Amino acid sequence: MTKITKMVSVLALTALASAPALADPDDNSLTINGEIEIVTETAAPAHMENVDTIYSGWRFRMAGTQVMEEDDFDNPGMIWVEKAAADWETVDGTRGESCQSCHGVVEESMKGVRAVYPKWNEAAGEVRTLEMQVNDCRHTRMGAEKWKYSGGDMTNMVALISSVSRGMPVNVAIDGPVQSTWEQGKELYYTRTGQLELSCANCHEDSYGMMIRADHLSQGQINGFPTYRLKNTKLNGVHARFKGCVRDTRAETFNPGSSEFVALELYVASRGNGLSVEGPSVRN
Amino acid sequence: MASGVKPRVKVPKSATAGETITIKTLISHKMESGQRKDGDGNVIPRSIINRFTCDFNGENVVDVTMEPAISTNPYFQFEATVPAAGEFTFTWYDDDGDVYTDSKSIAVN
Amino acid sequence: MNLTRRETLALGLGATALALLPIRASAAADDQIAAFTGGADIGTGDITLTAPEIAENGNTVPVAVNAPGAAAIMLLATGNPNPAVGTFNFGPLAGSHSVSTRIRLAGTQDVLAIARMPDGSFIQASATVKVTIGGCGG
Repeated sequence: MTKITKMVSVLALTALASAPALADPDDNSLTINGEIEIVTETAAPAHMENVDTIYSGWRFRMAGTQVMEEDDFDNPGMIWVEKAAADWETVDGTRGESCQSCHGVVEESMKGVRAVYPKWNEAAGEVRTLEMQVNDCRHTRMGAEKWKYSGGDMTNMVALISSVSRGMPVNVAIDGPVQSTWEQGKELYYTRTGQLELSCANCHEDSYGMMIRADHLSQGQINGFPTYRLKNTKLNGVHARFKGCVRDTRAETFNPGSSEFVALELYVASRGNGLSVEGPSVRN
Repeated sequence: MASGVKPRVKVPKSATAGETITIKTLISHKMESGQRKDGDGNVIPRSIINRFTCDFNGENVVDVTMEPAISTNPYFQFEATVPAAGEFTFTWYDDDGDVYTDSKSIAVN
Repeated sequence: MNLTRRETLALGLGATALALLPIRASAAADDQIAAFTGGADIGTGDITLTAPEIAENGNTVPVAVNAPGAAAIMLLATGNPNPAVGTFNFGPLAGSHSVSTRIRLAGTQDVLAIARMPDGSFIQASATVKVTIGGCGG
């Protein structure tokens, strides 16, 4: 038996003790506000060798949690999207401009943006996440202070930008100038780390659908990020979540904004190509 | 003043006279329960919204006494009868003395 | 098969940690109930308490309570360090005597709803909610 299979069967035995071992994602479908249809299940993109079907994390949550995402009023994350919408119109920085000064109405100018991030920035010669791009705009074009990468202001703004792309398919590029970063992210995804010697894949590829203690393991997709977690009752960004996950394997974790997490975010985002942008979502 | 506290309410824009409508309310508030401890082991004191009321044209719809077991970002969904056009007023009372309000008009057709 | 130390640990942790042991109702809950009812008997009747069988996360558990005709409903989490959750007093313009909200549950326990009827009588309903330790501790 390989190490992975052994670990998986240990997990399975554990779960069998008192709960269903295999709890496949349910069959529910998600429409937000009665109008935005969200694709929560689709064929896995070609670059994924070990997975046939990809599922949004929404499909692994209990009904009470799922329902909270179906209505923008019930979704507590949206209250911070509203805050960001106010920030969008607020003048900030030495140039006396707001996001709106250049970008106009967020629903129009930012539509489709979230779906293609992280992506290559030719002028800067690097892969950029949305947070990096927002800070570049603030610093360089507005003469405003950069926001803390995983702080509230930034996470709210990324949630706002995500929200106007909901329903659109995630579509991040994995070739061309981003390819080496993508490969780096892929390697990080499959590398075991930490005292628990777990890689992202051990749980989110080998064991999705199983119960880890009482949590229903998802595929670890990030199409729903930033997400409002019931656990900490606030919006959580991708890097903040990565940091927590890595820490939970009892490994030295990376920092939000680090090149490692940028690479990992690009790779993980590409594993969701085809699912709908769902953020801000509601998760456990 | 508790910072960053923002209420949201959802009320239909109109109703027929005497109709029962559904109202949803949410307010961003930490609801510090008084059960948590800080890094030094000291108890973080309780600081919650302890009361929520909804009135319509001055008459009470619901009056809620809230305890620390209400989750962060308190959410309530309830129903109200709409006898005529008017205004719903919503009031949240904070332990620290602050009062947060919101209001929504409703037409009757 | 031959189990490594890590695997044995995982098995042990898993087997015991799937559900917290149920918390018994406290004296504090009894006091709070008595304060609401004035010591009167509590019967059964038309009162429904809706709560999930298993909470996705004990920090935010959606519950709903409905007691047609009630003047007020008190909600208690009998296993919480402070059982009182809230008291919903219905005014003349209440469209129904029902409320939905989200509450915190410290562990597996019985959630209790007691309604005070306009004639001074009391009825109750309860639901057991399992609150679990999730995932990898993150």
